Amino acid sequence: MADRILMKGNEAIAEAAIRAGCRHYFGYPITPQTEIAAYMAKKMPKIGGVFLQAESEVASINMVYGAAAAGVRVMTSSSSPGVSLKAEGLSYIAGSDVPALVVNVQRGGPGLGGIQPSQSDYFQATKGGGHGDYRMIVLAPASVQEMASLTMKGFDLADKYLITSMILADGTIGQMMEPITFEDSEPTVYEKPWALTGTECKRPHNVVNSLYLKPEELEKKNFDRYEKYRVIEENEPMWEEYMMEDADLCVVAFGIASRVAKNAVAEARKQGIKVGLIRPITLWPFPTKALRAAADKVKGFISVELSMGQMIEDVRLATESKKPVSLCNRAGGMIPTPDEVLAAIVKAEKGEF
Amino acid sequence: MKTTEILIAGFGGQGILFSGKFLAYKGLLEGIQVSWLPSYGPEMRGGTANCNVILSDTPVGSPIITAPGVLIAMNGPSLQKYVDAVVPGGQIYVDSSLIDAKVSRDDVEVFYIPATQIAKEQGLSTLANMIIVGHLLENHPELSFEGTAEVVEKLVPPKKAALKDLNMKALELGKNYNK
Repeated sequence: MADRILMKGNEAIAEAAIRAGCRHYFGYPITPQTEIAAYMAKKMPKIGGVFLQAESEVASINMVYGAAAAGVRVMTSSSSPGVSLKAEGLSYIAGSDVPALVVNVQRGGPGLGGIQPSQSDYFQATKGGGHGDYRMIVLAPASVQEMASLTMKGFDLADKYLITSMILADGTIGQMMEPITFEDSEPTVYEKPWALTGTECKRPHNVVNSLYLKPEELEKKNFDRYEKYRVIEENEPMWEEYMMEDADLCVVAFGIASRVAKNAVAEARKQGIKVGLIRPITLWPFPTKALRAAADKVKGFISVELSMGQMIEDVRLATESKKPVSLCNRAGGMIPTPDEVLAAIVKAEKGEF
Repeated sequence: MKTTEILIAGFGGQGILFSGKFLAYKGLLEGIQVSWLPSYGPEMRGGTANCNVILSDTPVGSPIITAPGVLIAMNGPSLQKYVDAVVPGGQIYVDSSLIDAKVSRDDVEVFYIPATQIAKEQGLSTLANMIIVGHLLENHPELSFEGTAEVVEKLVPPKKAALKDLNMKALELGKNYNK
């Protein structure tokens, strides 16, 4: 068993990326994720890696695009306003089917917003953000340990499916310290015959591109890509269930909101309310099957979010609105207290959604 | 199940985050579950700073403390802000050299320690925080004073080795305060 060490969530992401074989980091500082860049700046030069602080977020995401096209494991990280700036590059990367890891340690918005934790980039992460028909795998860690394990997983999924994996965290999980262990393991290496590595005049040129002027060709690209997304939706949803066995109410929450919700669920159980929690770990693909199964046995859902209610739409879609869904939320950098979530549970228990 | 929720609050520069880190590492070495959550806003640059530390023998749920079992108040505004949030039966540690006010609640245990004054007299000017932590450890047998040297060793960077002894001295002073 490896040693338990204390680490900030942001640092855990950086260390995990290095352990996953990432040797290329391009970024631009922004609170509350700057520790990722700081960690990379310190470590990368010592292990033959590249740390580059670009002149802007736009530049850094395009550097990621370039490195990804060259077939190396590459990442960038930012926080909400910075991720908006990266949106164009995210769309190009998706349109070129190259793998990359992008971290968003969310803060309150819209606009420059604030610097306190938020989950209000859910729509941006799961529904697009950039233009065109595309998806990213969106992973939502709820602990420092998961900041590390999902970063590693994110790189593997990106390489496996030639897609962008996004770690959608928030300021709390980024800034907090918890014990974490790193198991010794070698990163999985994926063959990348499409990568731009130089032909040495021995093979035809590889081309990485997102421009297709013939609509028939572009349409086929889109259909093929959506076939890939269908496979991901089939195989990759991840979620955690807590006290769901006999539940007749279901709280749905991810990331930091799920930690608060867990306290509230435990407290409600003490009061004899049969409530459980489903915590989506992948936000795309959304754990639709788990929600649909729950909809057959509970009388309603409570979506707990640090936003004005974004995931709640996916809860309704997944459950085909078979059961009522209420929203328990704070926004702008505020976090609901366990008591606020408990109050929403008690209300739902009385049939008020 | 035993869970201790400690809220440390004061000015930026008083070592609020460091003392929280110390307690978190202490818990780590004891083999229990811990979480450490700092305030990271503009207050870090000179206003008020606070830090949430949870020590538990079961996995930590929310790392955000709304009702601390232990409050360490290193300045007046912090005491005022959090005094009513402390759970009945909880503890409040007050740096009485910086805070004149007394706690008017009678359902909590209050320790008035002139930590900043003691630190100044003993040549430990920035370590009032650790004097209070030393006293807290003495009151919390589940954390125990034993092993503190190991934690200090871990937390003080080699470049500032001289601070190790000073931290230990501050912890000892806190431990023995009022004995």
